[in-house]
Amino acid sequence: MLPLPAFRLHRPRTLPEAVSMLHRFGSDARVIAGGTDIVPNMKQGLVDARSLVSLQHVEALFGVEATSDSLSIGAMTSLDAVAADPRVRAGAPALAEAAEGVGGPHHRRMGTLGGNLCLDTRCRYYNQTYFWRSALGFCLKKDGSVCHVVAGGQKCVAAASNDTAPALIALEASVELESVRGRRVLDAKSFFTADGIRNTVMEADEIVSRVVVPTRAGRTSGFDKLRRRNAIDFPLLSIAARVDRDGDAIAAVEVVVSALAARPRRMAAAQKIAPGTSPADIVGAITQAAKRECKPLDNIEGDAEWRHQMVPVVVGRLLSRVLGL
Amino acid sequence: MSAGDGSGRSGLVGKRARRGDLIRKVRGEVRYTDDIKLPRMLHARLVRCPHPHARIVSIDASRALADKNVIAVVTGRDMPRRFGIIPWTPDEYPLALENARFIGDAVAAVAALDERSADLATRAIDIQYEVLPAALDLDAAEQNPSIGLGATGKDNISKTVDLSFGDVDAALGASDVVLEGEYYFEGTAHAPIETHCAIGQYDGDGLLTVWSATQVPHYLHRELSRVLAISPARIRVIQPPVGGAFGGKSEPFALEFAAAKLAMVTGRPVKILYTREEEFYAHRGRHPMAMRYRVGAKSDGSLTAVDAKTRIDGGAYSSFGLVTTYYSGQLLTLPSFAPNYRFSSTRYFTNKPPCGPKRGHGSVQPRFAFESMLDRIAERVRVDPIELRRKNAVVEGQTVNGFRVTSNGYLECLARVEAASDWKNRRGKLGFGRGLGVASSAYISGTNYPIYPNEMPQSAVQLKVDRSGVVTVFNGASEIGQGTDTLLATLVADELGLDLAAVRVVSADTDLCPVDLGAYSSRGTFMNGNAAIAAARQVREKLVAAVAEKLGVHPKDVFVSQGSLCAVGREADAVPVTEAIQLAEARFGTLGATGWYKSPPKLGGDYRGGTIGASPAYSFTAHVAEVEVDAETGIVNVVKVWCAHDCGRALCPTLVDGQIEGSVYMGVAEALLEEHVIDHRGLHRGPNLLDYRIPTTLDVPDIVSILVESHDPEGPLGAKEAGEGPLHSSIPAVANAIYDAVGIRLDRLPFSPGRVLQALRKRAASASREGVAAEEEE
Ligand SMILES: Cc1cc2nc3c(=O)[nH]c(=O)nc-3n(C[C@H](O)[C@H](O)[C@H](O)COP(=O)(O)OP(=O)(O)OC[C@H]3O[C@@H](n4cnc5c(N)ncnc54)[C@H](O)[C@@H]3O)c2cc1C
Ligand code: SF4
Repeated sequence: MLPLPAFRLHRPRTLPEAVSMLHRFGSDARVIAGGTDIVPNMKQGLVDARSLVSLQHVEALFGVEATSDSLSIGAMTSLDAVAADPRVRAGAPALAEAAEGVGGPHHRRMGTLGGNLCLDTRCRYYNQTYFWRSALGFCLKKDGSVCHVVAGGQKCVAAASNDTAPALIALEASVELESVRGRRVLDAKSFFTADGIRNTVMEADEIVSRVVVPTRAGRTSGFDKLRRRNAIDFPLLSIAARVDRDGDAIAAVEVVVSALAARPRRMAAAQKIAPGTSPADIVGAITQAAKRECKPLDNIEGDAEWRHQMVPVVVGRLLSRVLGL
Repeated sequence: MSAGDGSGRSGLVGKRARRGDLIRKVRGEVRYTDDIKLPRMLHARLVRCPHPHARIVSIDASRALADKNVIAVVTGRDMPRRFGIIPWTPDEYPLALENARFIGDAVAAVAALDERSADLATRAIDIQYEVLPAALDLDAAEQNPSIGLGATGKDNISKTVDLSFGDVDAALGASDVVLEGEYYFEGTAHAPIETHCAIGQYDGDGLLTVWSATQVPHYLHRELSRVLAISPARIRVIQPPVGGAFGGKSEPFALEFAAAKLAMVTGRPVKILYTREEEFYAHRGRHPMAMRYRVGAKSDGSLTAVDAKTRIDGGAYSSFGLVTTYYSGQLLTLPSFAPNYRFSSTRYFTNKPPCGPKRGHGSVQPRFAFESMLDRIAERVRVDPIELRRKNAVVEGQTVNGFRVTSNGYLECLARVEAASDWKNRRGKLGFGRGLGVASSAYISGTNYPIYPNEMPQSAVQLKVDRSGVVTVFNGASEIGQGTDTLLATLVADELGLDLAAVRVVSADTDLCPVDLGAYSSRGTFMNGNAAIAAARQVREKLVAAVAEKLGVHPKDVFVSQGSLCAVGREADAVPVTEAIQLAEARFGTLGATGWYKSPPKLGGDYRGGTIGASPAYSFTAHVAEVEVDAETGIVNVVKVWCAHDCGRALCPTLVDGQIEGSVYMGVAEALLEEHVIDHRGLHRGPNLLDYRIPTTLDVPDIVSILVESHDPEGPLGAKEAGEGPLHSSIPAVANAIYDAVGIRLDRLPFSPGRVLQALRKRAASASREGVAAEEEE
């Protein structure tokens, strides 16, 4: 078996204890939630941490709370629980569908929403063993100095592969971060950056504590992903759509496409939809722009050309479903 | 009910039942090699070459050995003897001696107190390489002979076979239709769930014991002796239950020699467990093949000649390559074929993980090409594809290349899939996007000749009969999940009237069991089954004699039923089997028997290589696949597969169903998903199960297995193979169904959505061009 490097496991019981540990250990420490991403990455020599701070015993981070106009989901809530929660299914279907589409049943039972949000970006030249990467000569993101996806590229463009990210952006969710400096709240859309080496604005000593998803009347949403197998596979494309209605008229549309490069992409064509546009015209306009706006890179296993051709197909089918066409 | 009538006595044969180890497997109680933990055991890791082709300049292990957890390092110099499964082509060292030939080739091994220390130590062994030019695909191997990967160092050729039967050119010339096609298959891996694992132990008496997840303990025994230069009398090989093999464990591997050598050097047991990545480097997967076919036919659909040219990408070593090269042509001549045939196959070495036998060795790739060609011929001459196959069926006698055909249930296979799929009413009538396709194939039930020439039995069974009523079957066969243990227990229990639970099977231990050559070439049921029946019948005769004496009747009036032996007309005086055993033991002394199987002498064609592909019996298969093609995404969904397989006789029908389902699963995966790609750097595209995709339970079609029984005259109670045959034609059946669905011919595997979409666009473009041309003509 590929052995796991040696590390110390810390098990704080409260959030203040957890953030102070993270602060104290500095760059030597990483958070572990369900471990379904960080553990395989450690085995491949991608994580240098000597300490892991487990959030498994911090009770405050578990569970879904609903108010009249929002859902507040603890970062440690399992994807399985998120997908099954009737309030999430009703108020934020895109999130439920995204959580349901992650990996296989085991991953969803162990994997958490917080861990999914903070998932490391993925690349066919990065998510490999130390031996494999040494034979390649390593890359910019870890242990090396060149990018193998974009020849001569100075920036890592590994793919954001977390399925809930586009859903949360489309749903206008916000992310609560805790650290020894207190709490800050960010829009999901400004949580991610275009840097594949580290694609979030989170500081090393911060913890995602909750994700808050607004719910409102007249809002529908949905999620779909492109993959070769019906389970296990990370997305080849990950797409979320939201439609807000004012009475019968459509007031706003958002489409977020991910697994292209490091940051999920909010489609400009969706934001430009004028209130009152007919569903058929909406599908037409956004589908037409999809291929131009969304260009998958050859960063993950799967034919990039085909992924590109599939953007308008998956976007079109999803939008039609969400619009009830 | 006489001994020779072939019908089971106690009714176990032919009855559906769960396999003997099922509950233990489901409960996690089966102990695989990696579950074995010995006192003072060390863990070792192989150091692998990061270059596709390199000369080893120096190896310095001092940094690694400085760690107190690291106990020993061995290199190629410690085992400088070549091995190879085929006696004529030994070209591998356990650890590379001078040159490493692919990224991942093993060059050293390090043993440490724990796995992590061993793993870290692999990075502390300093190896200097001189990087050499590499051949990374067929074209490069063909065009750059100076790379010198071949035995003479002057080319990259591993094996060439040119054979010709009849007058192909004349027959093609006289044909009404001659079609040509080129096909490519990139290769696939076995991807067993259990990766290779071996433990070496060298004790104070000088006995070397090797536990290994192998499917060929006997050949491993021989090669360990040769490479380590120890008498076989001082070696014991034990094969624990294996968690999947599919041909990927049918020859010795670096880890077995390295674990043994490290155990000898350190005096402690040493375990090596391959990682998933290493499993892909050990490989021996299905060969990439570039195939060119010309097939001729008369306008009524009768085939006239087949002309094939095949280039085979062998990877870094010979493995079974000599046989693969023959099989790529020899195994095509059943079940529907032409009277004239020529094939030319060349296997090249490349700097990639070595290819070898995977379920359906050597002949799955050509089957895809040929059955796709047959579909085209059928369309051209306007004959239904099933009808075309019927018309050209080689039903009895000899194949064009001289193989004897005994039992043959092929026509029934065709008829059964035709009826089950409602072919006549549905093919070509399901509308755009949905279609049916047919293909058929045949396969060997064991190779007629052992891998190293000898005249000893290929399989043997010893029975120990205990007065408690327990019978133990000792046999060398390798239980690798296919169910040989269950099969042998069923046959013996059936002969002796015993309950299955009273039969123990001890298999694949060279100290305890008589030799069986291994789990390859679908030989298990045929050869071990015959050996087991031969042994059990000797015991049965003694039980019958003892019971006849007790009842005062003639032995021919005694019959065996479930649990007891009776005399005709004296059913009330039935003697329980246990009592019969005790009576027989009292009369004849300790009971036991030996049975063996030797294949018929002189099978095969009378020409060089004519024995390769010769088998005592052939199985037959027909597949119909139903697919759905999403023309917008190019995604192919195989909805359902009907597979009719002639296994001679289904001794354990549940196991036969399992083999059919497993074969179809694997074939459909190779048709749609799996692709073993080594890139232009010589790097494996993704040696893990996320990047190398095998289907999940959600990706498996509905499979209907149809058992056809042709009662082979030489098979055990009429049985033939079922483990590999049902894979072959599943792939072209899918290809032909895609054509029926959307009108595209795919000549490259797998049928990934990108390729399907591209073919659909090409078809649309040419259709619209034709449309324009037609308009212009008007
Ligand atoms: C075979 C396989 C298939 C998969 N398929 C998919 C897929 O299809 N789609 C998909 O999206 N994912 C997939 N995953 C990835 C993973 O299972 C999920 O993304 C899961 O949600 C990760 O959550 P976790 O709790 O296990 O994260 P962990 O592995 O515990 O953590 C992941 C990262 O997030 C950080 N982290 C975790 N929680 C917090 C927190 N509260 N605050 C700050 N940082 C935190 C960790 O430090 C780490 O860097 C797959 C994984 C595997 C092994
Ligand atoms: S995108 Fe480039 S730098 Fe980033 S992980 Fe892939 S190869 Fe490395």
